[in-house]
Formats: sequence, C-alpha cells, structure tokens
Amino acid sequence: MTPMTTSSSNSALRELISFQIGAQEFCVDIMSVREIRGWTPATPLPRTPVFVRGVINLRGAVLPIVDLGSRLGLQMTEPTERHVIIVTRIEEQLVGLLVDAVCDIITVRDDQIQSTPDVASDLVQQFVKGILSMEGRMISLIYLERVLPDREAEAA
Amino acid sequence: MDPLEAIKVTFFQECEEQLSELESGLLAMEQGETDSETVNAVFRAVHSIKGGAGAFSLEPLVRFAHVFETTLDDVRAGKLAPDNNVVKVMLRAADVLADHVRAARDGGVVEEARSQELAAALEALNGEAPLAPIASEDLDDMPGLEFIPLTVSDDDGFGDDFGFTPLSAGIIDLEPEGPALRRWTVQLRPKNALYAKANETGLLLRELKRLGDIQVSIDPAELPRLAELEPEQAYLAWTVVLTTDRSQSDIQEVFEFVDGDCDLTITADDVPSSLPTLDEANIDEPFDVMALIQQAQADVQAAPAAAIMAEILAAPAPAPVFAASAPSIPAPLAATAAAAGVAPDAAHGAAAQQATIRVDLDRVDRLIDLVGELVINQAMLAQRVTESGVPRSSNIAMGLDDLEHLTREIQDSVMAIRAQPVKSVFQRMPRLVREVAAMTGKQVRLVTEGEGTEVDKTVIERLTDPITHMIRNAIDHGLERPEVRVAAGKGPEGTVRLSAAHRSGRIVIEVSDDGKGIDRPRVRQIAIDKGLIEVDSNLSDEDVDNLIFMPGFSTASSVSDISGRGVGMDVVKRSIQGLGGRIAITSRPGQGSTFTLSLPLTLAVLDGMVVSVCDHTLVAPLTAIIESLQPKAQDVRAIGPDAYVIAIRDTYTPLIDVGAMLGYRTTPLDPTKGVALLVEGEGGARAALMVDAIQGQRQVVIKSLEANYRQVEGIAAATILGDGRVALILDVDNVVAARRREKARSDAKLAAAG
Repeated sequence: MTPMTTSSSNSALRELISFQIGAQEFCVDIMSVREIRGWTPATPLPRTPVFVRGVINLRGAVLPIVDLGSRLGLQMTEPTERHVIIVTRIEEQLVGLLVDAVCDIITVRDDQIQSTPDVASDLVQQFVKGILSMEGRMISLIYLERVLPDREAEAA
Repeated sequence: MDPLEAIKVTFFQECEEQLSELESGLLAMEQGETDSETVNAVFRAVHSIKGGAGAFSLEPLVRFAHVFETTLDDVRAGKLAPDNNVVKVMLRAADVLADHVRAARDGGVVEEARSQELAAALEALNGEAPLAPIASEDLDDMPGLEFIPLTVSDDDGFGDDFGFTPLSAGIIDLEPEGPALRRWTVQLRPKNALYAKANETGLLLRELKRLGDIQVSIDPAELPRLAELEPEQAYLAWTVVLTTDRSQSDIQEVFEFVDGDCDLTITADDVPSSLPTLDEANIDEPFDVMALIQQAQADVQAAPAAAIMAEILAAPAPAPVFAASAPSIPAPLAATAAAAGVAPDAAHGAAAQQATIRVDLDRVDRLIDLVGELVINQAMLAQRVTESGVPRSSNIAMGLDDLEHLTREIQDSVMAIRAQPVKSVFQRMPRLVREVAAMTGKQVRLVTEGEGTEVDKTVIERLTDPITHMIRNAIDHGLERPEVRVAAGKGPEGTVRLSAAHRSGRIVIEVSDDGKGIDRPRVRQIAIDKGLIEVDSNLSDEDVDNLIFMPGFSTASSVSDISGRGVGMDVVKRSIQGLGGRIAITSRPGQGSTFTLSLPLTLAVLDGMVVSVCDHTLVAPLTAIIESLQPKAQDVRAIGPDAYVIAIRDTYTPLIDVGAMLGYRTTPLDPTKGVALLVEGEGGARAALMVDAIQGQRQVVIKSLEANYRQVEGIAAATILGDGRVALILDVDNVVAARRREKARSDAKLAAAG
C-alpha cells in the first residue's frame, strides 16, 4: 500500500504490522511477528499480573498471552472469537499479544518515527518506543522487550 | 568455532570413549582375559590418546600417556605378564590418565605428585627396560608434537586434516644410536580402505624414511588401462628396502594406523648394508613419486605404457592419479582428503562396532516435541470423531485406531533415541570403589549387572550423584573391615552389587552390599539423640531403616572424608524424588543392605492424576500422592481462624485448598464436597490437598513454562491435554512448603502484634 520513495535519505526502511486496541492504533516490527491467529481460551496462571491472560497451546509449545490493552493501562479486553493473538518473538521467548484487530502492514523509514511525546503517563513512556503519522492516523510503536513482566522488573 | 577448536572438541569426545574402552579392557584383564585382542584394545586406547594429545601439544598428557603406553607395549610384547598387581597399577594409571585428559580439556592441573608416583610405578613395572629419556625440555621442541607441514606433496587442504599425526616419529628421533644396521624389505600393498580412511602411502613412506635409509620402488603391475581405471580403486604397491638399526616392531609401528587396511610384509635381509639410497635428500624433502612411477614404467618396458602415460598426463580431472599437481596422492585420497575432517585414528576398531551417528540433541528434542504434538492431535481427532457420533465399527473409527497404534509406536521409537544405556554411569563406579576402598582400608569387589539397560539421557545425567553417594555409603558404612568380616565367617573381600533393570515401565536400580546391615538400635539411638524421633516412639524395623533418609541424620561416628557429612541419604532421596522416583531400603543384620531406586524412564512424560479445581484442570504428579479420600465432615477440624486439618487414621494433616491457594476461588471449598489428595512433599512433610474432583490418571507430556514465560510459584510445568488445552502441573513440594511460609508469615504478624 503505502508508496515509498526508494531514493530517500540514508535511513533504512522497515516494515511494521499495525493493530487496534480500542480506538488506538499500535504497531510492532514485522520481523518480530511469527504468526497471527484467532483467540482461543487460555488457561489462567496463578499468581500472575492481570494482564497475563494465561497460556495456550501453540502446536505443542506453551505460549503465554499478554492482554496488551491491559498492559498499556487501557481497558481489559473481553476476548471473543473475533479477537486476534499476534505471536511475537521477544528475544528468545515467544509471547502472544491479545489485540482487537490487525490493520495492515506499513513500510516506513526510520526517520519517520517520531520520539514519544513527553506526556504524563509513565506507562506510555515505558511501552511506546516512538510514534508515527500515517495518512492522518497516529500509530504508536510498541517497545516489545518491556511487555513481559519480568523484563519490566529488569528495566526498573 | 575455529576448525582447530572443533577438532579438539572431537578429540576430547573420542578421548572419553577411549578412556572407557581402556577401563573396560583393563577390567577384563583383571578378570583374566589377557588375550591379545583385549591387550591390543587397551594399548590402542592409550596410543590414540597420546597421538591426539601430541597434535594439540598437551604435554603433561603426552608424557604420562607415553609412560603408560610403554608399559602396555611390554605387556603386548609378552615381556610383562599382566598379573593382578600390574593390572591394578594400570587401573590407577588409567584414572590418572583420565584426570590428565580432563585437566587438558577443562584447563585444570593434575596433582603432580600423583602423576609422578604412578609414572614411577609404571616404569617400575617395565623392569629392566628403562624408558627412552623423555625429559620435558626435549618434549617442548619435539617436532612430532607440532602440526607437521606435509612436504610429501603439495599440502593444500591437508594442514588440519592430519592433525592426528602419530607421535611415534618424534619420539623415535630422540632415541640414541642403536647397534647394528640391518636391512629390511617392506612390501606394502594398500587396499581401498586405507585411502578411504584418509591415510596416505606417501606419509607412511616418509615415516619409514625416518627410521633409516630407504630405497623405494613402485609396482604398477595391477594398474589397468586408463579406460578401465576406477578412480577410487587402489592399484599400486610399493617395495621398500630399509636399512636401519631399528627392530621389526618399530617398523611395524609405522603401519599402526593402517593395520588391516593394507597387505604388509616385513622381512629381514640380514645383510648389514650401507647401500646407496635412491634419494639422497633429507627427510623433509618430498618423495619424488613421479620419478618412481617413471622408473617403474621403464622397468615394465611396455610400449603402450608410454602412450597411456601421455594420455593420462593429458587427461584432465577424471584421473588425477598422475596429474602433476598431486604426484603422490592416489585418486582415492584426492577424493577423500577434502572431506577428511575426521582423525585418521578412527580407522581402527570401528569396523566391528555397530554403525552410529552423532546427532545434535536439539534435533532429537525437536522431533520428540513434534511427536508429542502428533499424539495430542491424534487424541483430539479421536475425541472429535467420538463426539460426532460415528459408530465404533465404522471405517473412520477403525482407521483412527490404527493411527493411534502408529503414533504410540512412533512415540516409543523417538523416546528410544534419547535413551542411553546406564553403562555411562556405571562405568565411573569402579574407580570410585577403588578410591573409597583404598581410603577406608577395606577390600571391595564391585559387581555390575544390567549395564545395557536404557533410560532417558536426562535421567542418566542426574543419576550419577545419587549412585555415587549410595556406593560410598555402602563401602564406608555397610561393609566391614577385612578382619571383622573374617571373624564373622565371611570372605575378607566385600561385594557391592550395582544393578539396573526395567520393571513395569520404570527403571529399577539396586545398590546392595553384603556387609553388616543397618545397625537398628544405633540408628534409633542417633535419631533420638538428634531429636528426630521421640524416645518412646514405637517403630517397626522398616521405620527405623527409613530414619536414615531423614534430613540431618548421619551415622558415621567420625566425619570421614568419604561420607557422613550429614548430607547423606536425605539428599539422595530428594534428588531421586526430583526425578519422579522412589527409594526404598531393605536390610538384614549381618547380611547387608539393599537400596532400591525406582525411576521413570524419561523426564519428558509424567504419570499424573488429572483433577478439577473450580472449572480448571490440574495435574498432580502421581509419585507424590500417597492416597486420595473423600473427607467426612467430622474428620475436618478448624484450627485457628482460617486453617483446617484433617484426621486421617488419627493423624492430623494440614488441609490445603488448592483452588484458594492458586487464587481460583475466594470462598473456600466445602471439604465434604471435594476430594482430598494426601501428598508427601520434600523432607517427608505431608499435607492433604483439596480438589473438586478427580478425573483420572494419565501419562502427560511435560512442557516447560519457563521456555516462553517464567517460573510460576506452585506450578511445576504445563502439559497439553487431549482437547488441546493447556493444563498446569502442580508443584507439590512448593504447595506444601507455601503453607509453611504462610504460617511463618502469620506467626511473624502475631509476634509483631503481641
């Protein structure tokens, strides 16, 4: 879709997958996405933060599901069959992100990504790596490495 | 990894194999099997280690291996009778050699005194034949220890491949001038196998040249016409007239690595000779094999030969035998040299063994995972078909049955790939027994049975420590001193028996001794002294025996080096339980004790009790469950504000509501509406776990939670059920201990309040 000029500046092109949570739009680097699948009921884990919805069976592997909306301080998702799990690879681990819907694949130059505005929310500062503007939409780039709870502890 | 490092890794892997071969060979010799095959196997093992170590300049290892090898050579030559004493020294030498190998691999240092002592002991065995002086400074600049650039031909691509150059050449150089020169005729006709194993005639000839002056002639009689020439066939034969002061065995040694891969005759001409040699050049100068060939061609004087020669020389790749760029490489080698990443010393001894391959463990694990998924998928499919109401007798249902059998078989076969014989653990024990016996001054014979019993690799890895501990205990505590044994009417030598067998889907390992058995009054007294039991407690013999598994129990009156630090059997028991196993003891006073370990064959599957807790399905490991029962209202008593105990045969056991504990419910379950699982956790602590209902027993495949998430308190792992959903496996130890932690917390709260 998005046409890009190839002879642009020295910054590299990258592809991102954008998705919706509530009314907001977010994206992650396509290279960290392994697959996208529909919601299946997760087995809840005891003694875990609320945003960890539990684990599901991903062809034999046990995959934790993070409710990204809840993680970002938005509302808890009430998952239905129409909800989507984006399976991402975060360093050595596979993690499923529960989102409302996947929008599209966008190609951007690094210099199109603006730094996160200095807004009040710590959560925003923590999880949003940068934002970009796309045909009038604002899309936030998720800081994947900080999504899992123990990584959060490391970062703190 | 750089190629040299990679070869080194292979070398150390092979060393381990050689060491175990060495040990089993020596043990066979100890049993009286001193036939030449056994002795040769032992010799070969040491020789190969020395050869490889030389290539990597591992000098302490080379030095020790050399002394060892010299002694073994005497045995091989019949100069030294391998009686019991000799073999005993050699067994200890093998231990030191193993230490040297490990030190070289892991960068440690072997205790110099011990190494020296055994080297001296070995040298003493050699008797009248003192060693060739191998002083360390000589070794340092021994050419044989380096990667020798092969000057015999253009050595493109050879450098690393011949890393395992036999050391013999270097050592021989150091020997003093011998007496009379003799002339030998060596006839060498390589077979295909010689080249296939990346050996090369040119190198052998050069080795021979190191022994003295040589005259080489080539016999091309069997060389066919070019059209009939098989590029990978060995056609040429060599005749070498060697003038040397060395013995026949020295000459033979040159052909050590090609033994059996060539027809070799060595005959003495018995004429002291100083014949001029064909090639006056020094050792490092290449052999002019082309000259030999041409000379041979002239000898044959066949007219067509010249034509063929021309044809061949003109011919490109298909017949590189005579191509000028590789004068001394017969075709097979040219073909294999590039691929010859393996050490040439793999050439011997391998033929008789079963063909095996080394496979990356990750690949096997991946396969096991996939088969696990297949099993789950098959179960899901079967469930759906049943749900859809297809009759049992229909083709679909019958096909599914076949599929189920197949998947089971695939699963078993795949699991078998990871299975290894317990031999690798058992093999370490003879050394341990020798050491402990020497330290305690007892005479011990170790008998092992069922070494071929196979069990999953992960289980094997974690078996060594418990078995080591039990054998130490058996010798240190179980067996009596020789004089005591004789007084008791037994032989002075005690027997420790280590056996393994498969029994009903588990592996059973027994460690038994014929010692004095457990001294029950003493065990009882110690337990009372240490406050482990009440003075007046009424215990059966079995109960007393089991006291030794209690934490902090140690019967050794003096804390010895070997066992008895008070971390004994309870640690063993815990590690066995950690493997999902059980341990039992039987003992008869005066006749000995037997420890029986029963372990699952693999850690990848677990026998589980599938239970429901508030609409969730959980799995409890069957090994932890003692019994299950339905509590009656009068058996459950409240103790304190929110804690409950249950009376099971007059013993009050804490009651844990699993659902509440894991946060699945906030209002506690009515005990009379659920089922209690009586479990035993670490250290023997018992608790009754309340669940809603039992669904049944099932073997489940263990899936790690940590792989993609992290450890969760109270949960050991996860598994996937037949419906494709994830179920959590309870960590019973943690659940039982968590109750205590909570208790401690509330105690602290009370203390703070008071």
